[in-house]
Amino acid sequence: MAQKRQRTYQQDIVGDGILAVQKVREPHTEASGKGIRCGLIGICALFLFVMLVLPLAVVVINALRDGWAAYQEAVMDEYTVRALQLTLFTAVTAVAVNTVFGVFAAFLLSKFYFRGRQILAALIDIPFSISPVIAGLVFILTFGNVGWMGDFLKAHGIRIVFAVPGVVLATVFVTFPFVFRELFPVLNAQGKDEEEAAALMGAGWFTIFRKITFPHMKWALLYGVILCAARALGEFGAVSVISGHLRGKTNTLPLHVEILYNEFNTTAAFAVSSILVILAVLILIARTIVEWKKA
Amino acid sequence: MEQQIVKVKNKRGVRVIPGFGLSMGITLAMLGTLVLIPLASIFISASQLSWEAFLDVVTSRQVVSGYVVSLSCAFFAALVNAVFGLMLAWVLVRYEFPGKRLMDGIIELPFALPTAVAGISLTYLYSDRGWIGALFAQAGIQIAYTRAGITIAMVFVGIPFVVRAVQPVLEKLDRQYEEAAEMLGAGRICTFFRVILPELFPALLAGFGLAFARGIGEYGSVVFIAGNIPNKTQIAPLLIMTKLEQYKYADATAIALVLLVISFLLMLFINSVQLYMQRFGRG
Repeated sequence: MAQKRQRTYQQDIVGDGILAVQKVREPHTEASGKGIRCGLIGICALFLFVMLVLPLAVVVINALRDGWAAYQEAVMDEYTVRALQLTLFTAVTAVAVNTVFGVFAAFLLSKFYFRGRQILAALIDIPFSISPVIAGLVFILTFGNVGWMGDFLKAHGIRIVFAVPGVVLATVFVTFPFVFRELFPVLNAQGKDEEEAAALMGAGWFTIFRKITFPHMKWALLYGVILCAARALGEFGAVSVISGHLRGKTNTLPLHVEILYNEFNTTAAFAVSSILVILAVLILIARTIVEWKKA
Repeated sequence: MEQQIVKVKNKRGVRVIPGFGLSMGITLAMLGTLVLIPLASIFISASQLSWEAFLDVVTSRQVVSGYVVSLSCAFFAALVNAVFGLMLAWVLVRYEFPGKRLMDGIIELPFALPTAVAGISLTYLYSDRGWIGALFAQAGIQIAYTRAGITIAMVFVGIPFVVRAVQPVLEKLDRQYEEAAEMLGAGRICTFFRVILPELFPALLAGFGLAFARGIGEYGSVVFIAGNIPNKTQIAPLLIMTKLEQYKYADATAIALVLLVISFLLMLFINSVQLYMQRFGRG
């Protein structure tokens, strides 16, 4: 391998020695450049088509395989509607919690310098590198029967594991850094001169935030909210651990898909999936619009 | 003027913006209750395990094979993603062509599409009766329910990480360096490997690391296509799930702890390589 590269490099030197004049004249518009360009675009398009577009097409085609009536039946099913409600509720809660956190944490880390800033940033990123299954597990080990808060919760009749609060908590955990990650680079790049000037002129915290910081970060905030919502709607691993799969109670849409699929009810599974695909496509469109506005 | 006075007073800068206490309080409170305390539970319950019991669980044949499957498939998937991710980022930054915006949007699909949906549709696509699986089945190659299938699912979830890591760096990369290299007589391949790649390497590595970490922990999209044959295609997160369903919480904790340590070490390694590259990479 090393030898081969060495030889190509040598050949390059020799070849360029001869062709140097020609290359200097037009370094970027050679015929071979066009070939490489078309080849690369082709490979990338093919890769995206096979890896990303085909799976999407599979969902749509299979959902409608047994006709429109069967599709409607699967989608309007009582359990599906309940799962959709729970999914939306969970996503909205997770987005709200993480927006509050993201705004404060990004403000803190970008406008103030203090010891342990880097460590704090690393801690916020933890949920990003953790398996969703482990994210669910930590809540079982905290609030479940075996958990150290289990007895306390039982005595007070509070159910978190295998109930809606657990589903929400697990989703919040998994999506925790999303809003922060979008806001922090923007606020950091903006610097803190404007805020300092305002503070020296006597503005209070809320005025500074409303009039200076917020206008700078609004598009990034919206972008973070969209990403967070996308992940919250589709979270599977963490929720799957903690929900207990109670139909109509703690079943979110992705879990409902799994149940239907494991019952060999493939058409219904793909029909329910198609709801999630529609949501995903809407999110992608929203993302693109925000991207335009941001630019 | 203002700034200079501040600088004379204190080299690290005077804190003039209000709201430090409020932001710090809310950040720490939320981080603590929602992430750190639950996460600490895993260490608390792991500390109740005896060392022998812990070793017994994590060195059992099934669990070791779970780690091997997760790590090896995630590694290959991250390699594939590094190659195609670099290519995609290059195409998206350097070329203009119709449908570029669409391509850019589609890359984000694995972030937006729920993993369970991706899982069942990939399984359908690559099973013996699926559109792609049938082609390979004629050649006698099975993809779904093998490690190849697991790798494909991990490629699916990991691709945006690499593209989004490399893209901004490539956008900022000054073309003058390439032009200079070309003027000095370097060929395309030489320019790429000796001028462009070293600049992109830290970002590429970061993307590789994120895709790798995501692959190791991935559950939703992999669990359907894996087929979950014991000792062959069972991934580590699935083993945690199985133990939980059998109410073996101690075993699940032990498996999870090792997985956590692996992810942390991976992140640490990649961060330090990146730091090293930024400081001494030009040497």
